Amino acid sequence: MAAHLKKRVYEEFTKVVQQQQEEIATKKLRLTKPSKSAALHIDLCKATSPADALQYLLQFARKPVEAESVEGVVRILLEHYYKENDPSVRLKIASLLGLLSKTAGFSPDCIMDDAINILQNEKSHQVLAQLLDTLLAIGTKLPENQAIQMRLVDVACKHLSDTSHGVRNKCLQLLGNLGSLEKSVTKDGEGLAVRDVQKIIGDYFSDQDPRVRTAAIKAMLQLHERGLKLHQTIYNQACKLLSDDYEQVRSAAVQLIWVVSQLYPESIVPIPSSNEEIRLVDDAFGKICHMVSDGSWVVRVQAAKLLGSMEQVSSHFLEQTLDKKLMSDLRRKRTAHERAKELYSSGEFSSGRKWGDDAPKEEIDTGAVNLIESGACGAFVHGLEDEMYEVRIAAVEALCMLAQSSPSFAEKCLDFLVDMFNDEIEEVRLQSIHTMRKISNNITLREDQLDTVLAVLEDSSRDIREALHELLCCTNVSTKEGIHLALVELLKNLTKYPTDRDSIWKCLKFLGSRHPTLVLPLVPELLSTHPFFDTAEPDMDDPAYIAVLVLIFNAAKTCPTMPALFSDHTFRHYAYLRDSLSHLVPALRLPGRKLVSSAVSPSITPHEDPSHQFLQQSLERVYSLQHLDPQGTQELLELTIRDLQRLGELQSELAGVADFSATYLRCQLLLIKALQEKLWNVAAPLYLKQSDLASAAAKQIMEETYKMEFMYSGVENKQVVIIHHMRLQAKALQLIVTARTTRGVDPLFGMCEKFLQEVDFFQRCFIADLPHLQDSFVDKLLDLMPRLMTSKPVEVVKILQTMLRQSTFLHLPLPEQIHKASATIIEPAGESDNPLRFTSGLVVALDVDATLEHVQDPQNTVKVQVLYPDGQAQMIHPKPADFRNPGPGRHRLITQVYLSHTAWTEPCQVEVRLLLAYNSNSRIPKSPWIEGGEVSPQVETSIEGTIPFSKSVKVYIMPKPARR
Amino acid sequence: MPEIRVTPLGAGQDVGRSCILVSIAGKNVMLDCGMHMGFNDDRRFPDFSYITRNGRLTDFLDCVIISHFHLDHCGALPYFSEMVGYDGPIYMTHPTQAICPILLEDYRKIAVDKKGEANFFTSQMIKDCMKKVVAVHLHQTVQVDDELEIKAYYAGHVLGAAMFQIKVGSESVVYTGDYNMTPDRHLGAAWIDKCRPNLLITESTYATTIRDSKRCRERDFLKKVHEAVERGGKVLIPVFALGRAQELCILLETFWERMNLKAPIYFSTGLTEKANHYYKLFITWTNQKIRKTFVQRNMFEFKHIKAFDRAFADNPGPMVVFATPGMLHAGQSLQIFRKWAGNEKNMVIMPGYCVQGTVGHKILSGQRKLEMEGRQVLEVKMQVEYMSFSAHADAKGIMQLVGQAEPESVLLVHGEAKKMEFLKQKIEQEFRVNCYMPANGETVTLPTSPSIPVGISLGLLKREMAQGLLPDAKKPRLLHGTLIMKDSNFRLVSSEQALKELGLVEHQLRFTCRVHLHDPRKEQETAMRVYSHLKSMLKDHCVQHLPDGSVTVESILIQAAAHSEDPGTKVLLVSWTYQDEELGSYLTSLLKKGLPQAPS
Repeated sequence: MAAHLKKRVYEEFTKVVQQQQEEIATKKLRLTKPSKSAALHIDLCKATSPADALQYLLQFARKPVEAESVEGVVRILLEHYYKENDPSVRLKIASLLGLLSKTAGFSPDCIMDDAINILQNEKSHQVLAQLLDTLLAIGTKLPENQAIQMRLVDVACKHLSDTSHGVRNKCLQLLGNLGSLEKSVTKDGEGLAVRDVQKIIGDYFSDQDPRVRTAAIKAMLQLHERGLKLHQTIYNQACKLLSDDYEQVRSAAVQLIWVVSQLYPESIVPIPSSNEEIRLVDDAFGKICHMVSDGSWVVRVQAAKLLGSMEQVSSHFLEQTLDKKLMSDLRRKRTAHERAKELYSSGEFSSGRKWGDDAPKEEIDTGAVNLIESGACGAFVHGLEDEMYEVRIAAVEALCMLAQSSPSFAEKCLDFLVDMFNDEIEEVRLQSIHTMRKISNNITLREDQLDTVLAVLEDSSRDIREALHELLCCTNVSTKEGIHLALVELLKNLTKYPTDRDSIWKCLKFLGSRHPTLVLPLVPELLSTHPFFDTAEPDMDDPAYIAVLVLIFNAAKTCPTMPALFSDHTFRHYAYLRDSLSHLVPALRLPGRKLVSSAVSPSITPHEDPSHQFLQQSLERVYSLQHLDPQGTQELLELTIRDLQRLGELQSELAGVADFSATYLRCQLLLIKALQEKLWNVAAPLYLKQSDLASAAAKQIMEETYKMEFMYSGVENKQVVIIHHMRLQAKALQLIVTARTTRGVDPLFGMCEKFLQEVDFFQRCFIADLPHLQDSFVDKLLDLMPRLMTSKPVEVVKILQTMLRQSTFLHLPLPEQIHKASATIIEPAGESDNPLRFTSGLVVALDVDATLEHVQDPQNTVKVQVLYPDGQAQMIHPKPADFRNPGPGRHRLITQVYLSHTAWTEPCQVEVRLLLAYNSNSRIPKSPWIEGGEVSPQVETSIEGTIPFSKSVKVYIMPKPARR
Repeated sequence: MPEIRVTPLGAGQDVGRSCILVSIAGKNVMLDCGMHMGFNDDRRFPDFSYITRNGRLTDFLDCVIISHFHLDHCGALPYFSEMVGYDGPIYMTHPTQAICPILLEDYRKIAVDKKGEANFFTSQMIKDCMKKVVAVHLHQTVQVDDELEIKAYYAGHVLGAAMFQIKVGSESVVYTGDYNMTPDRHLGAAWIDKCRPNLLITESTYATTIRDSKRCRERDFLKKVHEAVERGGKVLIPVFALGRAQELCILLETFWERMNLKAPIYFSTGLTEKANHYYKLFITWTNQKIRKTFVQRNMFEFKHIKAFDRAFADNPGPMVVFATPGMLHAGQSLQIFRKWAGNEKNMVIMPGYCVQGTVGHKILSGQRKLEMEGRQVLEVKMQVEYMSFSAHADAKGIMQLVGQAEPESVLLVHGEAKKMEFLKQKIEQEFRVNCYMPANGETVTLPTSPSIPVGISLGLLKREMAQGLLPDAKKPRLLHGTLIMKDSNFRLVSSEQALKELGLVEHQLRFTCRVHLHDPRKEQETAMRVYSHLKSMLKDHCVQHLPDGSVTVESILIQAAAHSEDPGTKVLLVSWTYQDEELGSYLTSLLKKGLPQAPS
């Protein structure tokens, strides 16, 4: 016992020592590369027990191995492999071989022979499976080498008869990934007959182990993915697998059937137990439909998803999916949908129905009713009623896709989609509303359907309501009652949820412009005009009244007779609204009025648009004046900036461009101003301290350039160059200012070097764009680069200074589409006088609700900032799930922010705002030198920062001291 | 011949009084023990004397299984266990165990206190009966005894409803109870794995119906309620306390929540509160949505639904009231109905079937003037609506379940004979399995061929495998060994081991046969000729000529002797052990054909 203990102590002791050695060894490794394999060799030789060896291998696996030393390491591993008796260590070695062969820049064909060799002598099933995995890695690394692939396939076929499922699995995987694609290579040098990979894999469809069956199907799918055309015979085999006991097999089989049905949609298959024949795609559709009522929900989801992409299916089958063939007591019964339709078409409306209204009518021939084999029958009815919402969502998606390709089906599935608006899970409701919007071109809503749709307007979820507004924007309504109903419901919605105002107005705008003729007869009623009497003028600030006017004015745009029905005040209101809500109210051709903006019609391209012309002209003007006196330049710049800003406010579609250019001009203005400072005229050695303006300008230009680069979506490379160029100028300015204001040369060395590095970086990044930068600052700078590299900092500064003053103003080309990222915080509204009270030290959750426009990748870039009165700032990263995407270019952030603070004596306001985080690396084009370069450029230029892009909202909070 | 026998004591071609006896591999199981709503005399309960006339029930039944808490499935339980006398185990799920006594007690109260019946079970009997209950979890395999095991599957229908698999050895029966294949607002859909039972006993209430999508009905219901409330009317929904009531509550509750409605919803008190409590507890038995969201909020903790007080009925303004009982034949629902019937703004929604003779049935059939007790005439001006919310599987659902379970045969119960006929025909046609539909008291006997597991020693298996090719699943293989049957288990061992185990000495068994050959030559020469003949014929066997003049082929010995009477005839004595039977008989037949003519 004592001896044993002693041994253990000793062991532990030695272990510690070894680990230290290891650490030292790793340090050495960095210096001398070949020692890596040597160290491993030493370690493995030192290992006394399999457990030890395993430990070493595990440690080894944590570090990457360079491509050059891979081969050496592999040799050592293999050598050890032959000696090793313990299967677990062999397993690890085998897996390491696989990992190593994946190393970039290493060609694994040299280790293949060894791998196959050891495979032949291996007894352990697990190790065998792992080795096959390694071979797979090798094989996928060498996709060009036919001979190797053949050999590997051969090896796989040999081991297919192994008793362990793991080995068979891997063999099938290997076959699927490497099985030869072309049959043309029939004669190989070694006389290997090309195996029919599909046949071999197909044989394993009936393996006794479900895992192997699954692997076989997956291998088949893999073959398909690699471009091999599967035989049609597989279809029948796959169909048999649909009734497998195991869900993963069924799930894979459904996929396979789908694949085959896409390959051979038009071939004819017989229907069993009858002598009829149908198209294969129809048969497959029926079979997949049947799987929608499978016992396992995984299979159901799979089946429902795949249904959506089977567009070639004949409409007869498609429509069956919505028909369940109702019966009651053996008598045919009409569905509620059919009844609703009939009621509608017969012109009467549902009024306190009698019991038995839905009583079944005709008798059904008992022989003709098929209860289960009816294939596609009611598949979607089942899918939409499923217990799992995953299945329901998949079914809705499938409906959407099928309806998009078939207008008649779209008409039919409408009822079911409308029903889904009442689902218990909000996600499903939302999904079905979106679906409906997508197919809305194909459909016209009946009044009773519209009624159900509109009922959802009262939903308390804002997402749902907004989605519904979007839907109404593009719906076709068939009658004027429908329009009236929609308007009434929308107004109801408006009174219930006043925050929806904008969304509702927008919705009515489209509703009006889509249905001018239906709105026309409603106008007198809506405006409550009377043929004889003047009615009271409605309140112009009433959102509901504005809503009605938006509807009418938009309808009037294409309906010239409508304005005749307006009363006087309507015209006045029109003028007011046209000004204040120009995005909602179109220009109208009104009698007795000058056609102010008749030029604005959709047919005119944006370039001919006068406001756009104005923008262009004012920019041209600025760019053309290169050599005006500084005073004049400044004035012109200031004027232009003002103009642009105003233009951006007026014309929302030009806001992005105008802002973008204004920012650029502002940068230029700042630069000019800074260069005009008296500071430059004073002799250098005076070291003026009052250079605030210049350094502040440099700083501000930097900030503005970051804004330009990251806050606008649609910025192209040519703009990025200009922006970077401007930034470079700012940096030069900064350098000069620093040089002038600091005493001593030492700090300048570092700064100069850094600046030159940046110039170098700029050159490398934008080498392609340099020709466009003729005569610019950087152009001149690069010419002088060799001289700058060798000269002293003082010289450099001097050169820079002259260059900066001489440099011309670069023309900023305007991108096609540019939008400024913006955010509006809807909640908290910041109006509450009641402070949010909570116990200090604990947290309070603040709901934040904001809309984001034109933000790319908001999940990573948008942050919430909370500023406390004591200057403390807190940055919160919202979860990716907190962002929704209600439309293109728009996002919505709904999140909770946790506030906490120590106790205050009285309530105070904290500020909440949204920030846009950026990382200067993200936009830099990746070029090959980055990989090969010695110095990592990321380190020097990666600048991360944030730009506030929303107005801050003040929230009144009050942390109370904790009561004891 | 082993067989499974099934005898319905109730629910055979009938709805109500479910009680089915199953004998499987010598075990007797009773499935459900319900009462019939339609009768008030002895016919109310199943005829337990069928099981035994004078013995104790406990001796005849191994266990009783209750599928769910509806009275037509558990109503006779206290009578059966306490008054007739049964002490064995009673199996049911946890929610059933919790809710069942409440319903039984309620039923007893109505029968004894209201109708004044004597000779009925007492509260104490209910309590005693519930003490015999063993609760089971879903998918838990419960060993009733060494051989009999049962397993519960989810059935939807009502909270805690389960389907049961009864299994003895390799024989099994699945009893569905009542089930629902389409999920509703509070429960999921029934599910069973591919257990391939010998027999599936399924309910068939809606054997001839294929139902419309649930969504239309729900939407209709909500729309009606919403409209009535918006116009300021009062809505009465008569319900039974458990089951559908909860579904409708959830439906309205979520709707109110979604639509931000303010009108009050009331639920008449009593039974319901207790029941709601159990719904809150057994959250794992509900559907996906409720299970997933109960961490944030338990759906059964209603925000908008409050307890009803008699005085509320006269409150002005809109309201929705759930009141019991469901058919408007008595109690609170009827009282409220009388109060509200006169106003055309109000509405009554009947969510289920109404028995003939009840007020519910009358108004549904369109009667607008009702005679109440005391010759009063009540004019019904309020709107009357009918909404069917039933939680049974329809024909398609039943077929779906049969497809899922893949039984060898199907037996239909709990439905009307005429409708069953149709479904039976369909099942036989589409699944190609036998389908039965016995009436009450009629016994169905199903022969089974149970597979008998035999243990085999690995050594023997490997030895036998080594002799042939790899096993092929499709082809039978011949295997030599000894089958030992000991204490009802079977083992296949090699003969040597069997001898050793049994302490027996191996007996040599030899077959001998004489073959007469016409050959005038000497014995030795004949032997030689036989030897050369066999050598040429049997190329892959070892043929030897021994010095004593005999010939051996493997272990078969052939000796030639002169015939005692006729010297021209030689007698060949062929002897072989029984192991070499095949070769031996082949040899004899070969020798009987005679030797080829000598070349000399």
